[in-house]
Amino acid sequence: MAVGLDLLVQFFPNFASIVLAATGLAIIFGIMGIINLAHGEFIMVGAFSTSLAYNGGIPFLPIDALPGLGRLIGAMLFAALVTALFGLLVERTIISGAIPNWIAERTVGHPVITPLYDRLLDSMVATWGLSLIMVQTFRNVFGNSLSGVPIPFGKLSYGNSSIGLYQVLLAGVAALVLVGLYLLFVRTDYGMRARATIQNESMAQSLGVNTERTYMATFALGSGLAGLTGALYAPLLSIEPGLGAAFLVDAFVAVVVGGSSVVVGTLLSGGLLGIVDTLFSNVYGTFAGRIALLIVAIVLIRFIPEGLSSLVERLRERRLEVD
Amino acid sequence: MATESDDTATRGPLGRLTAALHGPNTMGNSRRFWYLFGVAVLLFVFFPLYMLPSSVTNMSQYLSLALLALSLAVVWGYTGVLSFGQVAFFGVAGYTYGIVAINVTGPLGTMAGLVVAVGIAALFAAVLGYFMFYGGVSDVYVTILTLVVVLVLKTFLDQTAGDEWTIGEAALGGFNGMPGIPDLALGIGEPFLVFDDFTLFYAALLAVLLTYLGLRVLLNSDYGRVMVAVREDEDRTEMLGYDVKRVKLTVFTFGGALAGLSGVLYVTYFNYISPSELSLTAASLPVIWVAVGGRKTLLGPIVATIFIERLGLFLSVNVGDWAFVINGLLLLVIVLLLPEGLVPGFRDLVSWLGDRRSEGETDDTAEPTGEVVE
Repeated sequence: MAVGLDLLVQFFPNFASIVLAATGLAIIFGIMGIINLAHGEFIMVGAFSTSLAYNGGIPFLPIDALPGLGRLIGAMLFAALVTALFGLLVERTIISGAIPNWIAERTVGHPVITPLYDRLLDSMVATWGLSLIMVQTFRNVFGNSLSGVPIPFGKLSYGNSSIGLYQVLLAGVAALVLVGLYLLFVRTDYGMRARATIQNESMAQSLGVNTERTYMATFALGSGLAGLTGALYAPLLSIEPGLGAAFLVDAFVAVVVGGSSVVVGTLLSGGLLGIVDTLFSNVYGTFAGRIALLIVAIVLIRFIPEGLSSLVERLRERRLEVD
Repeated sequence: MATESDDTATRGPLGRLTAALHGPNTMGNSRRFWYLFGVAVLLFVFFPLYMLPSSVTNMSQYLSLALLALSLAVVWGYTGVLSFGQVAFFGVAGYTYGIVAINVTGPLGTMAGLVVAVGIAALFAAVLGYFMFYGGVSDVYVTILTLVVVLVLKTFLDQTAGDEWTIGEAALGGFNGMPGIPDLALGIGEPFLVFDDFTLFYAALLAVLLTYLGLRVLLNSDYGRVMVAVREDEDRTEMLGYDVKRVKLTVFTFGGALAGLSGVLYVTYFNYISPSELSLTAASLPVIWVAVGGRKTLLGPIVATIFIERLGLFLSVNVGDWAFVINGLLLLVIVLLLPEGLVPGFRDLVSWLGDRRSEGETDDTAEPTGEVVE
């Protein structure tokens, strides 16, 4: 009984970390066909911005003067915004090459960069270069670590063990993020344009969708979510430039297992992988949890190459046929 | 060139060899190229005469890494499977060699270590490749999975500090790594040739040279043409009746073995291996070398490996921590501006200059590379 309860409670933080690590990556991959290998570094930007803002390191922005929880929430929102803006800059300079091309057209007379959209392998290599630059630049500029952010709320006791309330609440935040994304994609104009762009880019263009702007917004949104993840985990981690790597396995495995549909895929893979991780980490240790994640991913891809979300699609199609 | 090699093909074994080395899939089919190649090889052979001993031993390190780059060039550049996992095979072979060579003393142990290590690396690649390619995992997911495998392997090796991770005499040693790995030696009982310092340099040079020439033959053979076909259009190759999965698995396994050989040479240079050989940064290096040099060439990755590693050493002495930033920038700029890499870019420049100088004379260094222009 106690073990069951223990596993249930432990499931929430694992679910949260997988879902939060994966969403930003999944959105950019699903909509733009870009694998952002600098995803971990975007998370790192979020964590650094949170720490700087919380500890009063941002000039002209007295977030550290806010009272109580407002200080933390303010710092986190600020971090998500900073990362989104940073993502926008990366999109304009590297992914779409718009800024270098703008300069090149005025100096050498022709564009020099072909946009990386849907060039999966090239986008991986380019963002990998970006990730190297970011980790080492942050290390050189900020040193090996920044001062941390305290963990809010207290401990949650159950049975004869306890867990940080904050870790459990993160699962709620993860669920909220998924619900928010669902509403964004289903209810808003942006969501409709994004879905149209995924289905048929040239058709969307001829119907008046500015796909370039959609890509821009998407990359900023994905980066913002990565930043939010970094912000949310800033209290739990030591703020150092390599922290993004810790999220990579979770994020990539979740995207691989989840498949093309962002919200459904991430939810399902977060749930499944969360269960696997919790079981194996608790019984055999963290390393066994990692290995189990990898094996589950390889086996699942072997049998469901399109990811878990394709199962849901198939189910829905079958129901439509019955109707 | 094509007509000339058809003529020489009938002229005895030497002619057949030249014919086998040439083809549209590798750069450098002209006589001028082979003259330059000969000069470069001679420069390397006499390298110890005009360089400091430390430069020579450093060069043997770069040469063994060039094999790692070649393994990725075959897998990624010629077959279209971007693998971040080459360092995993490299590391597994390094550790395996260490375990065998520490436990079995004498040159027999080191020779067995070499064979077992390369075999284990190939087996590892084969098992991983089987699940990926026969599981119908698409290109991108292959890349991600290989990256995840490296990360997980590093996590595993990091936590092997305890006594339960001592295999015979060899302790895996967790973060601290495995010291005291013996040099590779030939002989039975008493070693008659130990590969250290200068001998290791020549061994590495010979390995790179033979691998380069061997790969040229492979890539210009019918099998090489199938590999390039898989890279260019998998579905079409399948429709033409080739077993794409088997080709990919075979190439991936071969790439694993080659990366393993590189790993063995590398650990005998340092006599030491640690999990940092499997870090994210380490995993990125082969991709950088191959992308910068030109992934659809064999020469490019070799040149880029030596150049970038030497540059890295120079930068770490002169600009310290900014070395990696410059490496990253190099990769980014090349991928964005010169997606084919530096060496093909250089070739195009040379042939462009040649065309400008003498309009009539055609330059055969600029032969088509067999790419499909989309």
